[in-house]
Amino acid sequence: MRFLTISGPPSSGKTSVILRVIEALQAKQKKIGVVKFDCLLTDDDKLYAQKGVLVKKGLSGALCPDHYFVSNIEACVTWGHENNCEYLISESAGLCNRCSPHIKEITAVCVIDNLSGIGTPKKIGPMLKSADIVIITKGDIVSQAEREVFASRVKQVNPGAIIMNVNGITGQGAFELTSLFETASDIETLKGKVLRFSMPSALCSYCLGETRIGEEYQTGNIRKMEI
Amino acid sequence: MDIKSIFQKSMAAIFTDHPYIEDFLTSFGLLPTPSNETLEHYFANLDPDMLEDLGISAEQLQQSFNDFLQGMLAISDPMDKVKSLTIIGGHDKSGKQENLELTLNPGEIICIVGPTGSGKSRLLGDIEWVAQGDTPTKRKILINDQVPDSKWRFSTEHKLVAQLSQNMNFVMDLSAEEFIRMHAESRLVTDPEEKVTQILQQANELAGEQFSPDTPVTSLSGGQSRALMIADMAILSKSPIALIDEIENAGIDRKKALALLVKEEKIILMATHDPILALMGDRRLVIKNGGIDKIIESSEAERKNLVSLEELDNKLLALRNRIRTGDTLENI
Repeated sequence: MRFLTISGPPSSGKTSVILRVIEALQAKQKKIGVVKFDCLLTDDDKLYAQKGVLVKKGLSGALCPDHYFVSNIEACVTWGHENNCEYLISESAGLCNRCSPHIKEITAVCVIDNLSGIGTPKKIGPMLKSADIVIITKGDIVSQAEREVFASRVKQVNPGAIIMNVNGITGQGAFELTSLFETASDIETLKGKVLRFSMPSALCSYCLGETRIGEEYQTGNIRKMEI
Repeated sequence: MDIKSIFQKSMAAIFTDHPYIEDFLTSFGLLPTPSNETLEHYFANLDPDMLEDLGISAEQLQQSFNDFLQGMLAISDPMDKVKSLTIIGGHDKSGKQENLELTLNPGEIICIVGPTGSGKSRLLGDIEWVAQGDTPTKRKILINDQVPDSKWRFSTEHKLVAQLSQNMNFVMDLSAEEFIRMHAESRLVTDPEEKVTQILQQANELAGEQFSPDTPVTSLSGGQSRALMIADMAILSKSPIALIDEIENAGIDRKKALALLVKEEKIILMATHDPILALMGDRRLVIKNGGIDKIIESSEAERKNLVSLEELDNKLLALRNRIRTGDTLENI
């Protein structure tokens, strides 16, 4: 089973890009599974189900979505394998830019959009900087020059990645991206695998539900600004 | 430039000789200073805890830096000159063979015509991907009569195709001048200021209404934006193929715009249904059911008609100007 982790900032076009790739894979009669991770709510699982692919949805609720992802992904991979998926795609939104959902030896994709501003690539951490493939979306509505500048900024923070422009609406570039999926990591289980980079950490009173503000309520891993 | 020698340079020398290395480091949140410390030493002494906070490991930073330097060396390499582009036919959606071998040369204008959904985008996609029988149409693309290097597919520095369409807008919060400078710097051109002057001048020649260098790109009119995009594409973009999608109503001097791109030795592919633009092209590819159905060479008779079409167009333009200036159209 070919397994890929796809992540990117909210509304960057992850679902649209994946749907276009699914269409291209289905044209080749491939069996596909998708695991959609989100925080509070998502209807994207219905979009995937409409395409006739197997879907699992996971909502992290009050937990850090990244930690929720890593504690569930192994079971999801087993689920995909047991259901004889030839491709399994995990989609998760990077909500704090310090997210680190990519796994060593597993093809890692980051989706980022041209409209997010040229300062954005450097603001995103391991999710972008350690990805193998970076997809830039929404290129149809910005000028060629801006596309080039944006791509060069992405290239600056992840010079080793394959950088591609894909249009989630028209599907331009989706066929080409699919050819990269066909050489993605081929695995049966995530046993023994490690993350590419540590996840954002916190272990303080607020993690455990504290709501009161003030020094006396702050315990655990606390860091102070210099003021 | 030799990578090893760069590591032995002092940070101060790096700041002056290779400003892009400073940019690279700051884009990871590092704050390098122009000291006497060598670059090698700088990397070796980065605090792992600080790197962890910046979301990167020392190992990965080093790897990215090496990739980055290699990319920088590649960008200063001269790009292979594209002397010809050949499309070897595949088949349409029903499997009907195209049976053609079509060679396009720099300075040539090729129009692509056909209804929406007929397969224009797929043809352009095949070219951009330098297809080798691995796309749904099974077309093959040759560059300079040869199967091209696969670097054309993924390189961000050496993109084969630069695109311009009616839907494109500027979204950056910069003036026209700053915008061109930033683009020039990202391409590492030797004299950015010269390019800024050149592009602004060309853009103003193409645009119906003049604009100044300090106009924010987001406040340019449709025509001015298109003019700036074309001038920038002609002068700054290295891509040997220019792909233009519907510039009919863009409010720019279309003839001059095409002449500028032709002069810069681009292969121009233009999706259009405008009779004047279509006749300016050397050939028209008619797309039907996903395939190239036929190729029409612009004939002598058509060229003659171009003159009267232009007269007609000028008449309409004059009427448009009268409306703009508040005139009536009782006598035309």
